[in-house]
Order: sequence, then structure tokens, then C-alpha cells
Amino acid sequence: MKTCLVVDDSRVVRKVARRLLEDLGFAVAEAADGLEGLAWCRAMMPDLVLLDAAMPLMSGLDFLRRLRLEPGGRAPKVIFCSAETHLDRIREALDAGAAEYIIKPFDGDIVAEKLALAGVA
Amino acid sequence: MTPEEGIFLAELCAERAGLKIDAEKAYLIENRLGPLARREGYGAVSELLEVLRGRADERLLTACVEAMAPNETVFFRDRAVFDHLWRKVTPELARRRSDGVVRIWSAGCASGQEIYSLAMLQAEQAAPGKIELFASDLSERQLERARLGVYSSFEVQRGLSARRLVRHFENRDDHFQLAKPLRQAVRWRRVNLLDDLTPLGAFDIVLCRNVLGALTPAARARAMERLASVVASDGVLVLGVNEEVAAEGFLPETAARGVFRRASEIRAAA
Repeated sequence: MKTCLVVDDSRVVRKVARRLLEDLGFAVAEAADGLEGLAWCRAMMPDLVLLDAAMPLMSGLDFLRRLRLEPGGRAPKVIFCSAETHLDRIREALDAGAAEYIIKPFDGDIVAEKLALAGVA
Repeated sequence: MTPEEGIFLAELCAERAGLKIDAEKAYLIENRLGPLARREGYGAVSELLEVLRGRADERLLTACVEAMAPNETVFFRDRAVFDHLWRKVTPELARRRSDGVVRIWSAGCASGQEIYSLAMLQAEQAAPGKIELFASDLSERQLERARLGVYSSFEVQRGLSARRLVRHFENRDDHFQLAKPLRQAVRWRRVNLLDDLTPLGAFDIVLCRNVLGALTPAARARAMERLASVVASDGVLVLGVNEEVAAEGFLPETAARGVFRRASEIRAAA
């Protein structure tokens, strides 16, 4: 079973994302901020990270850049999630190593679509 | 909405555009006609239909039929079909043309995502020849929308990768607009698929995906015949992946569902 780490400071978003991803066949772990997320990744690198952009302590971009420096940290496909629609911000996430970008709010169809586009469906 | 109004609408749509409308699906009718009713200053869809039944307002009748036409489309729907068309079919056809020109028509294009998917491929990958892109719809309103190429964040997330989004689109308030060169790469025209299509000329690839299912059986047969009449002798007809061709002389391609090649061409190649 493929594994996904959901990194988001919103408990509601994590809960919704967990349900959607479990329906798609993933084993899901949750982290409420970037530091907790990195700790998860050091313990067990997931196949996929669903990553919120705006979090306290560490932004999604900072998390992504630090993840890529970890041993094995280049492997997970990262899907960046944000309400930000400016193309420069989307480009920035892709340049930092995100495989895909979801504009919030999202639903099951969009998550499934983006997983397929990222090659992790 | 009364049953009589529903029947009036279903008959109107069938007569003018061959559209199959279930008079009992009030929610669908409300959904499609609601915006038109509001634009025209009516308080409810039933008011609009009542007025239309009472007087022959040609402009409003046309707008009503157009609003009932199917308008569901997404970028790169069934990606395998686009891969096949772009990597195999188009280069083959371009090689066969003395001028290297391949003419592609998206019939029933709605808001244009299908033809723009091909325009994006053309911009990304060196085309094997010169590609001419055409698109048509029954609805002037849909065509106007397609020409503008402005999509919501919901629409650009269906079928379109984030990389393609940043490459081919610009921000337009809280929406996204396709870059001008890609919009200008497509020629648009209002076309009723039940009319004689031969004045449009022959096309090497005709896409009419998930459109014919919205027509009555008689209209579907007629539209299929009309479409077949403009597919080049070695061209292909592309339908939805779950749709079957109902015209003489087309056989399915094994490499991609919904792609049908003229049988005469298959015999010649054998």
C-alpha cells in the first residue's frame, strides 16, 4: 500500500484529505506543521506528501526545500495545496520540486486527477 | 415548470437541433435555462417558457435551444486519445499530405478545452507539419466563451497539469486566460451538426466527443452521416471513449478507444 503524509495545520483539512486519500487506497499519516512533517519523513519516507502552503513555524515552501535535502527526500511526490492562484506562486512551488499544485478548496475528483497527473494514482 | 412547458421545450430542441431533452428532468432544465431567464429579465424559467409558447421570438427561441446544448468538456479528456492523435495519427497524415497540412476540427467544442489541448501540444512539441485547428459549437454564447479562453480555477484543474497551467495561461482576476497565440491558433464557427457540413471542406481529424449522445436517435444518425461526409478519405473520426461509430466505412483503432479510421484507408494499407 502506498503511503501519504498530509501536512496541514487545519485539523478539518487533514480529516477531509485523509478520507479522500484512504478512499484512493493510500495509508495516511498526518502532521500539523512542517517540523512534525519532517520528523515523520525521517522516520519513514512516504510515497506522497499533500502539503499545505501556509502553516505556522514553517511554510510549505520551506518544508519542501528542506525535505529535498533529507536522505531519500527527493523520492516523495509532493502535491502543493494553496488558495493562492497567482501563477508566479504556482511556478515557485513547481520550481521547488512540487509535482503538482492544487488550488484550494479541493474535492475528491481534483485530488484524484492531480494524483494521476503526478503519476502516483 | 408545468409538464406542458417541459414538453414544449423538448419538442423545440429536438426540432431545431436534434437535442434529446427529457421533459421530466426539471432540475436540468432549470440549471441550463436559469441563467438565460435571468439575463432576459424573467423571474423564473417557467415564465420564460410561458412567453416563448405565446409568441415566436426567434432570437429567444434560438438562445433557448443553444442553452440546452451539452457543454461539459475538460482539458485533455482521456489522455491516451490525445497521445495517440498527436504522436501517431497526426505525423502519419502530415507525411501523406503534399503540403504537410493537417486540418483538425473539434465539433461541439463547448468552452473549447479540447481544441485548446491540441493547441498546447502544438506549442510544446514541434509539429510534424502545419496543423490547422478549427472548432465549432451550436451555441454562440459557448463560442464567445471559448474564444476568450478564460477558465475558473476549477476548470483548469480538470485534466490540466500545473506545468501546463503556468506555461500557457495568464492570471485574469481570479480566473486564468489562455495565452493569446494559442487562442489565435484556432478558427471558430457556429455549426449545427444537422446541417450540410460539406461547405466546411474536408478534415483529416474530426473530434466529436460526448456530443452525439445528447441527440435523439434520428438526429444522431443524421449528424454521424454529416460528420462522416467531411472526414478525409484517410482521416479519422474521434468520438467519446464509450461511443460507437454508427456510419459505414469506419473501423476502430486498437491503440486508443473512440478513434475510428476510414475502412477504405485500412484496406489500402493492408
